[in-house]
Amino acid sequence: MTYREALRRALDEELARDPNVFLMGEEIGRFEGSYKVTAGLWAKYGGKRVRETPISEEGFVGAGVGAAMIGLRPVVEIMTINFIVPAMDMVVNHAAKVRSMFGGKVGVPMVIRTPGGAGAQLTAQHSQSLEAWFAHVPGLKVVAPSNPWDAYGMLKTAIRDDDPVLFVENLVLYNLTGEVPEEGTDITVPFGLANVVREGTDLTIIAHSYTVRRALNIADRFLQDGISVEVIDLRSLRPLDIDTCIASVKKTTRALVAEEGWATFGIGAEIAARLHRACFDELDAPVERVGGAEAPMPYAKNLELAALAQEDKIGAAARRLLADCGLVDA
Amino acid sequence: MSKAEKAQEARTLAPEHALAVLRGMILIRRFEERAEEQYTRARIGGYCHLAIGEEASNVGAIDPLTDDDYVFTSYRDHGTALAVGSPPAAVMAELFGRATGVAGGYGGSMHMLDVERHFLGGWGIVGGHLPIAVGAALALDYRDESAAVLCQLGDGATNTGAFHEALNLAEIWNLPIVFQVINNQYGMGTNVEQASAEPEIYKRAAAYRIHGERVDGNDVEEVWFATDRLMRRARDERKPALIETMTYRWRGHSVADAGKVYRSPDEVEAWKERDPIVRYAAILMDRGVLDEEALAAMRKDVAQEISEAISEAASAPVPDPDGLYTHVYAPGWEEQFVHMDQAGPFGEREGTKHWRK
Repeated sequence: MTYREALRRALDEELARDPNVFLMGEEIGRFEGSYKVTAGLWAKYGGKRVRETPISEEGFVGAGVGAAMIGLRPVVEIMTINFIVPAMDMVVNHAAKVRSMFGGKVGVPMVIRTPGGAGAQLTAQHSQSLEAWFAHVPGLKVVAPSNPWDAYGMLKTAIRDDDPVLFVENLVLYNLTGEVPEEGTDITVPFGLANVVREGTDLTIIAHSYTVRRALNIADRFLQDGISVEVIDLRSLRPLDIDTCIASVKKTTRALVAEEGWATFGIGAEIAARLHRACFDELDAPVERVGGAEAPMPYAKNLELAALAQEDKIGAAARRLLADCGLVDA
Repeated sequence: MSKAEKAQEARTLAPEHALAVLRGMILIRRFEERAEEQYTRARIGGYCHLAIGEEASNVGAIDPLTDDDYVFTSYRDHGTALAVGSPPAAVMAELFGRATGVAGGYGGSMHMLDVERHFLGGWGIVGGHLPIAVGAALALDYRDESAAVLCQLGDGATNTGAFHEALNLAEIWNLPIVFQVINNQYGMGTNVEQASAEPEIYKRAAAYRIHGERVDGNDVEEVWFATDRLMRRARDERKPALIETMTYRWRGHSVADAGKVYRSPDEVEAWKERDPIVRYAAILMDRGVLDEEALAAMRKDVAQEISEAISEAASAPVPDPDGLYTHVYAPGWEEQFVHMDQAGPFGEREGTKHWRK
């Protein structure tokens, strides 16, 4: 099943399970979703459960907050993460604050699903990975699954969760195929648990979302050098499972954190800071960070390729780190 | 014709009801005067936005609501909290930052709420609560409830993008919501004519094919009957509306603003002549519902109630310092997020001992 179909199945099952669950977003009904995640659901559940909205991100994200405050469970789709910026006030100043600011007397059980990612020449305003912004904010939960199983299981967890969840998908992942839980098992994937997707002994690569796929390919490539790479899929950014990362790095003594977003003040910066403190004695080299080029994404294919945090870029950083430690030739 | 319909026709509240409405306005006035005093004595921190002068707009709009309706408002929310019936002691305790406050001391002046009475805040970003109120109306409609939302906002909020998006959504989705623009003439120190291309704000509703009307916001019965009519229409016909209640902020934007540099003393005095409480008391005296003695007794009774609220708030406990993280996430998540916090126990938990010499 594809990542896209896994998401759709989770939405379908949750709509069927709980009458308080409803979907809301631009083009998610008749148009079947800009990336077709919601295809068929409007026909099946009707316009009340699958509500089409005008181009009013601030308006309908805010409407999600209000509906959630009095007991519904809105699942809001933002067409791509770039378009959440007009709704930042609702996400950061409102959704994230409600429970605490009102003394715990009311909460916001809302999911915002939105894809980030780049690689199809969509250019500066449509190629960002902004999840670090949200992972910075107390009151929000932020998850970014990398495969169909987690996409399915974590979306179900998100919808049943009582807090606002930013559910970050990825444009390139939508067609990725993989296993999903069997029908009728109602298996979910909890938040706050990273997944060691490849065991290794020489280097830990920590990533989330599509970058996990890249990290796995890099791990394969290093096999011919006799290097064993461990790959950690964070899955969840807030809450963050740093303990799994720490345990891994204590074992491998080397770490690289990779992400599609910009590395400066990024996810990798956070993890590197924590690893340096927690694994100070064990580390054989400073934690390496790799992210996308710190420039608005250009259009021309060659420039885009140069900007992306692709396999070659991450692989080269890993090789430099290993060479510094004398494990491979530079 | 039902009793309510008769009252609508006469546009006059029954005597007992009228006295309760008058008392509601006096309660807000007295509460705000004492809050101002407590603020200057540093028993209240942060911002403190007072609704003195706007009592008729608050009480007149909230009194006709049913128990099933919902209320949202801006940060000038003490009057709204009192009008929905939150105990003055709990509202004052919130200002004092005490555990017995309506938000447990986590919200303060701008973030009053009363879930039981369907008052969902007290919001601090101008215009930000409008889409949220629309979402509440959406939920009422989703569940086929015979109820509506009253969303109060200031004149300044009508210049935000959220205002446009909220009204548009309310109309295309046929939601049960009434937007009450409490036009007190100023957004902080900027007057409506300066800030709004269409200063007759109620006319803006027409752009969304929403019914808009303007009433005297210092005439409590006028506000009462107009709001009652529009809320019924919202409940029964799922038609949103906008009502602009024309009033005046006697004080500055907040207690920290003297309210003098951007307006003339004559202007302030002219509005004080139209004091909504004095006006309504005079009307009730004309009707033979009230006399000077009863009014004095009412004022005394209210003053006593507020004094007791202050004493109660002042002696209430502060929030438990261990509760810093308690409400950030839903119950059950606290430990996991505290564990993650660098300012919390995490920083000392891992690694430090090894390299400290």
